Amino acid sequence: MSVILIAGETGQQGVTQQTLELVTAARSLAGDGGEVIAVFTGAQDAVAPALPADSVYLLKHEALGEKDSGTFDAATDVLSALASELDPDIILFARTDRGSVVAPRLAMRLRSAFARDCVAAAWDAGDVIVTRPVHGGNANARFRLAGKGPCVVMFRPGAHDAGAHDAGAHDPASSTTSSPELRNFDPAPHIRESRSKLLRTGQEQKEGVRLEDAEVVVSGGRGLGGPEPFTQLAELADLLGGAVGASRAACDAGWIDHSHQVGLTGKSVSPRLYLSFGISGASQHMAGCSSSRNIVAVNTDADASIFGDARFGVVGDWEKVLPAFISAVRDIS
Amino acid sequence: MRIAVCAKQVPDPDIPPSQFKLSSSGRAVEPPRNVSPVINGFDLNAVEAAVRIKESADSDTEITVISVGHGFALDVMKRALATGADRLVLVDDPSAQDLDAAGTAQVLAATLSMHGPFDLVLCGRQASDWDQAHVPLFVAELMDIPCVTVARRIDIDGASATVERVVPDGYQVVEVALPALVTVSNELGEPRYPALKGIMAASRKQPEVHKLDELGLTDEQIAPMVELISLEIPQRQGRAEMIDGADDAEKGRNLAIRLRHERLI
Ligand SMILES: Cc1cc2nc3c(=O)[nH]c(=O)nc-3n(C[C@H](O)[C@H](O)[C@H](O)COP(=O)(O)OP(=O)(O)OC[C@H]3O[C@@H](n4cnc5c(N)ncnc54)[C@H](O)[C@@H]3O)c2cc1C
Repeated sequence: MSVILIAGETGQQGVTQQTLELVTAARSLAGDGGEVIAVFTGAQDAVAPALPADSVYLLKHEALGEKDSGTFDAATDVLSALASELDPDIILFARTDRGSVVAPRLAMRLRSAFARDCVAAAWDAGDVIVTRPVHGGNANARFRLAGKGPCVVMFRPGAHDAGAHDAGAHDPASSTTSSPELRNFDPAPHIRESRSKLLRTGQEQKEGVRLEDAEVVVSGGRGLGGPEPFTQLAELADLLGGAVGASRAACDAGWIDHSHQVGLTGKSVSPRLYLSFGISGASQHMAGCSSSRNIVAVNTDADASIFGDARFGVVGDWEKVLPAFISAVRDIS
Repeated sequence: MRIAVCAKQVPDPDIPPSQFKLSSSGRAVEPPRNVSPVINGFDLNAVEAAVRIKESADSDTEITVISVGHGFALDVMKRALATGADRLVLVDDPSAQDLDAAGTAQVLAATLSMHGPFDLVLCGRQASDWDQAHVPLFVAELMDIPCVTVARRIDIDGASATVERVVPDGYQVVEVALPALVTVSNELGEPRYPALKGIMAASRKQPEVHKLDELGLTDEQIAPMVELISLEIPQRQGRAEMIDGADDAEKGRNLAIRLRHERLI
């Protein structure tokens, strides 16, 4: 029986998928009779989300929100203050831009043990044990989080199921997931003067399906040899209602924008179908796509490591395979 | 202006997954034989960022590279000097291997204050061995300075820096007061290769070496809170079902038919 504090986030569609995943994790870590508390900072006009949490804080202040997103200093100040007051057993974050900055700063401020990018966490004799991929995904490590005070755990996207709460979150008639108690905490006294200023935000122009949400991802790597083939990949992605991904090697070469990068330091995707062309399957790439349900690899090298992760493989030159594949897809669909 | 770059020596991450092995204890990684360690890739991006600032600055700029570890390959670490850094400070101590991320950050912060003050501290966005990405944020917190992460460009403007940082769907431009810490990503661009002249100059320089106990840290400050229990190489899926055909074009068509059959397209 424990108290779990969740650092929630909202997006355009309300509470994010990753926050719902944290709730699943929190429920299981809290145990019977435990308490799950969610805190949202900088949520614009967020109404108390119908989360299956016991209580929710909606902290609003003009210093929080987008303005704070260059260094997240204000969010760190407020969350650290609230965490000190609540003194939970575990504080959970999702691996987002914000989580990646706030979680470690908060952990150091509280002198708490911290682990990031975890795929699992469980209690063991009063300590939290986490599992996380290390060495680019070449190994999985288990760590014991000791130290005094709460421990801070950040989860990898997709580490838990979010679906369980979806219905409840949108269906006011569902009783088990009815509104949690709304609690108050004044952020103002804790926010220090900002040392940074967000001058500008640039959006990479993107049409169509978001890479992270796509059911089909068509990815290209160094084996494509240049920027032009990505036009063909985009054509195929359009045809299948999917999005275009890439390996870091292709992005670093300047063939496609880095916002398409899939992997450890790029985006995490888990589509129904992941089609890869000219990608070798380095563990740092697979870290972003290995939870895809069906991976297809097209590679000239029969020994390419990606054939060990793929469900279907073609040993062949993308230049021949891809056009024939595209026209066959046209014919049968 | 004084810039510090925190850099770490790591096993070469560019080895194929099949060559990745654990030591017999099962608690450490055994680097493949005949493959030298490297400076962590993102840390080289950070060195590159520092050198670009130095090149564009109109006042004197000094770059100090700081590393904590044990068993340094000096020729590897000197690459930073050969590409434009001025000083190399190594905290070389067998017990550095027992530090967790928080302990490492304590050691770095103490070393930074011993050799400081610095106007700008640069780090790679994460290290390719333990993929922790939080040592820089820990250091910023300990030094009580702001931290901007995942930078692809840094411009210095008097008492502040303007940083372009990569965010999931684009970028942000952030102005931050100095002193500050900035973590650097590969989007900054390829780090330069050392030129012969740089290598010669670096070969004449010696690192300044410290032991842990010279830094004035208490045992409590560096006692690990995160303890490695076990390491395991994950099981791969196995082997893909290979799609055949008389030539590559036919394989492409057969792939479409197979995927259609599975109702995947
Ligand atoms: C800390 C760290 C983080 C990283 N993060 C990421 C990340 O987020 N995402 C990522 O992708 N990488 C990442 N990497 C890099 C990663 O380790 C690999 O270097 C990268 O994924 C390789 O990209 P690739 O497969 O396109 O290139 P390569 O490994 O060079 O593979 C190219 C493949 O193309 C095949 N090929 C060549 N010609 C053809 C042809 N005509 N037709 C078909 N196939 C062909 C070759 O056989 C080869 O298998 C990271 C590395 C580190 C150290």
